[in-house]
Amino acid sequence: MKLNRRQFVGASAGIAASTLAAPSLYAASHGGKPKVVVIGGGAGGATTARYINKDSDGAIDVTLVEPTRTYYTCFFSNLYIGGFRTIESLAHSYGGIASEGVNVVHDYAVGVDRDAKTVTLASGDTLMYDRLVMSPGIDFVDGAVPGWDVTAQNKMPHAYKAGSQSELLKAQIEAMPEGGTFAMVAPPNPYRCPPGPYERISMVAHLLKETNPTAKILIADPKEKFSKQGLFEEGWNTHYSGMIERIGPDFGGNNVEVNPDEMTLTIDGTVENVDVCNVIPAMKAGVICERAGLTDGNWAPVDGRTMVSRMDENVHILGDACAQGDMPKSGFSANSQAKVAAMAVRGALTDSKVFPAKFSNTCWSLIAPDDGVKVGAAYEANEEKIASVDSFISQTGEDAALRKATYEESVGWYEGITSDIFG
Amino acid sequence: MKTLRFFAALMLCASQGVAPAGAAEFVDPEDGAQVFKKCRACHAVGADAFNRTGPHLNEIFGRRAGSVEEFRYSDGLTRMGNDGLVWDIDSLDAYIENPKAFASDTRMNFPGIKDEGERGDLLAFLRQYSDSPANIPGAAPTATPHEVALSDDILAIVGDPDYGEYLSSECTTCHQLDGDNDGIPGIVGWPEEDFVVAMHAYKEKVRPHPVMQMMAGRLANDEIAALAAYFGGLE
Repeated sequence: MKLNRRQFVGASAGIAASTLAAPSLYAASHGGKPKVVVIGGGAGGATTARYINKDSDGAIDVTLVEPTRTYYTCFFSNLYIGGFRTIESLAHSYGGIASEGVNVVHDYAVGVDRDAKTVTLASGDTLMYDRLVMSPGIDFVDGAVPGWDVTAQNKMPHAYKAGSQSELLKAQIEAMPEGGTFAMVAPPNPYRCPPGPYERISMVAHLLKETNPTAKILIADPKEKFSKQGLFEEGWNTHYSGMIERIGPDFGGNNVEVNPDEMTLTIDGTVENVDVCNVIPAMKAGVICERAGLTDGNWAPVDGRTMVSRMDENVHILGDACAQGDMPKSGFSANSQAKVAAMAVRGALTDSKVFPAKFSNTCWSLIAPDDGVKVGAAYEANEEKIASVDSFISQTGEDAALRKATYEESVGWYEGITSDIFG
Repeated sequence: MKTLRFFAALMLCASQGVAPAGAAEFVDPEDGAQVFKKCRACHAVGADAFNRTGPHLNEIFGRRAGSVEEFRYSDGLTRMGNDGLVWDIDSLDAYIENPKAFASDTRMNFPGIKDEGERGDLLAFLRQYSDSPANIPGAAPTATPHEVALSDDILAIVGDPDYGEYLSSECTTCHQLDGDNDGIPGIVGWPEEDFVVAMHAYKEKVRPHPVMQMMAGRLANDEIAALAAYFGGLE
């Protein structure tokens, strides 16, 4: 059996008869503490950076690479569109993480040299690593929706990376003519936040009901079924009766084309004039994964027991970018995976204890004021994948008090997870 | 809102010297013993009652709000006590009806009892423990406060707080370490036994919350004890 790093560290510690042997291994490689570089400051990356730094007590040098200084969470950005949150309430800075001792670098990671174990930044600087953690989120698949590419994102926003795109989409909805049409091109599986498009529909419907009640909502959807479908459809009937039309693949919802200049959406050959068109294309791992040669198809495969890449034992990949098994791509999942990755990285670099990986996820969605629902599951990792071991979902017909409590719980969760991610 | 209404009611009462319409009334202490089952996961009353997740309730009538020693109250409730709030039938009735409307930051994570009759029963039950210490019934009604029957072996497990800290990362996605209690209840600083009982109550699906049933469902006894030790030790 080939020695892996932990066993090697253990062996060298035995020879040197000193636990100081572990750090000295890295001192020998590049004169200092073991180095971890984390690419991406969202729910996955920021959590990993924080936890490695906090739990290693300064024994590991952690650098977080994130281009933006203010991060807007995708989760709850639909509530901003619905008027339940301000955009500022979704904004988080990296001041907390930096003050805890993580070296935060605001730059784009543009390349990874896995042989030299370096990350190249847009500025031209390079960062050395002993372990690399990648949590770059998603990018869109080129040509996924004919007629649309990222240059059209101002005319037909995706709003699937939060911030200015969310503001743009909300402004467009507010500027719709009376009785106008809001259209969404929903994405195929797998994609970030499975209930996200449908929570968005609910929030757009709420906003239009208040300001433009004769407006219509049209969804072109390539999927037969979607997350929490029974709950959403029940809510749409109750709160927004007659407003929402969804065209699934049976009626050509998988055969669409858009024209951003003409503001048309063509579904199975029928041209619709629309006032707002929210195009959410098919997704893939953040493009840095592909550049690093760590993807298989659209995603980066990992071993869920440590979140380590199937292609490079020194690189951990987590969050939306990875292919791990049964967990949905969500901020909650990324935060959960980050803790497993952080533990694995620390174990590899400092010989700290490593416990079996446990994961969980809950996704709350808001359908209308005080009408919240949730779905969740618990997971364990085996050799092959992260597997669901238990799950639950809100039921149709629940009473108003429970739905209100579920919404309030989601607001509490937002405060909880964002302080867990950003400190 | 409720607080305002309550104070308005007090003023009315003071100026006219009569009980306002709809003022709380003591009803049936025996039925109240049943209603108290909703409270006893966190509160003890009777001989030898001590603070649990919530303060003990002996002598609650006539007690200044937020005044039981060594119990950590929310800032709001402490402030109301300092401002002169003394628990009586009307203030307790208002608080129990809707705790968060009465004291928005209260650590009492309980939706309240909407039924006026049930509150009257409960207040009559609690009233028995407030006349004077001599009147406190000898048979402790909270002698078996556990929502689930746990063996002494489970309760005797000494949790490892370091292991608890590791396990806690699953909890802190929702529950905040500063004890914030909005939407998601705070779980820091609880007596360890109460924490253990609560987790086993979720694990055995006696408590209804689906997320917590799932989370607790896959924790072993020593893991629950470890979490109780870790969170119990946080300020």
